[in-house]
Amino acid sequence: MAETKAPVERPLSPHLFIYKPMLTMTMSIVHRGTGACLFFGTLLMAWWLIAAASGPNAYAGIGSFMSSFVGRIILFGYTWALVHHMLGGIRHLIWDTGRGFGPIERERLAVATLVGSIAWTIIIWVVGYLFMGGPR
Amino acid sequence: MAAGKMSTPLGRVLGLGSAKSGTAHFWRQRLTAVANVPLTVAFVVIVVGLLGRNHAAVVQILGSPLVAIVMLLFIASITTHMRIGMQVIIEDYVHDEVPKLVLLMANTFFAVAVGLACAFAILMLSFKV
Repeated sequence: MAETKAPVERPLSPHLFIYKPMLTMTMSIVHRGTGACLFFGTLLMAWWLIAAASGPNAYAGIGSFMSSFVGRIILFGYTWALVHHMLGGIRHLIWDTGRGFGPIERERLAVATLVGSIAWTIIIWVVGYLFMGGPR
Repeated sequence: MAAGKMSTPLGRVLGLGSAKSGTAHFWRQRLTAVANVPLTVAFVVIVVGLLGRNHAAVVQILGSPLVAIVMLLFIASITTHMRIGMQVIIEDYVHDEVPKLVLLMANTFFAVAVGLACAFAILMLSFKV
């Protein structure tokens, strides 16, 4: 039955964009988005580790990029994406047990994930700067 | 939905479904997700602890057995996890057969290459070669 008819122009069923944006829906999209970013972000980790293994010059190279303004923005975004995806993942693991689906619970979990990810990102960076001297 | 009257007894026992892979992907995604939580925390602690240190100190710490083992576990777990995750994204949005297959292959190549590169670098640091 494959390739018998040309596709018929049918109206699509109501899709994503007819809904009012909701927090839980946004968080679902962001979870996928951060996951995709982290996928490509592993290149950064590979660069870092290969530079460390290559020698002082290569390591100084990634060090100067990471301490630049653009480098810090990327690193800050990476930190947030990592924390957000981790907390979002814990939310999914809670859902896997069948819990947390109630209207109030799922809203609370979404807020907790968002607030937690921002708070932890800031904490990690404050610790990085204060106690370790920051990326340099 | 478990197999109904149309499936053979063997099919019901194997429970592999129409895709012939059962719940292996689902399970592996959860397994690596659980592993990723403590490993990611450890990774962040390691990176923050290495900030601002010179190359010799970084080599010393990254190459020490405990740190190296944690990093290797982290790399293995995240590259497995991200490969499955990106596969789901590709399958959701790319419907034409050829681009889909090309992207699925590229996804695996990327995950394996990044994982191997990271692991190789860690081993180099550990064995001081």
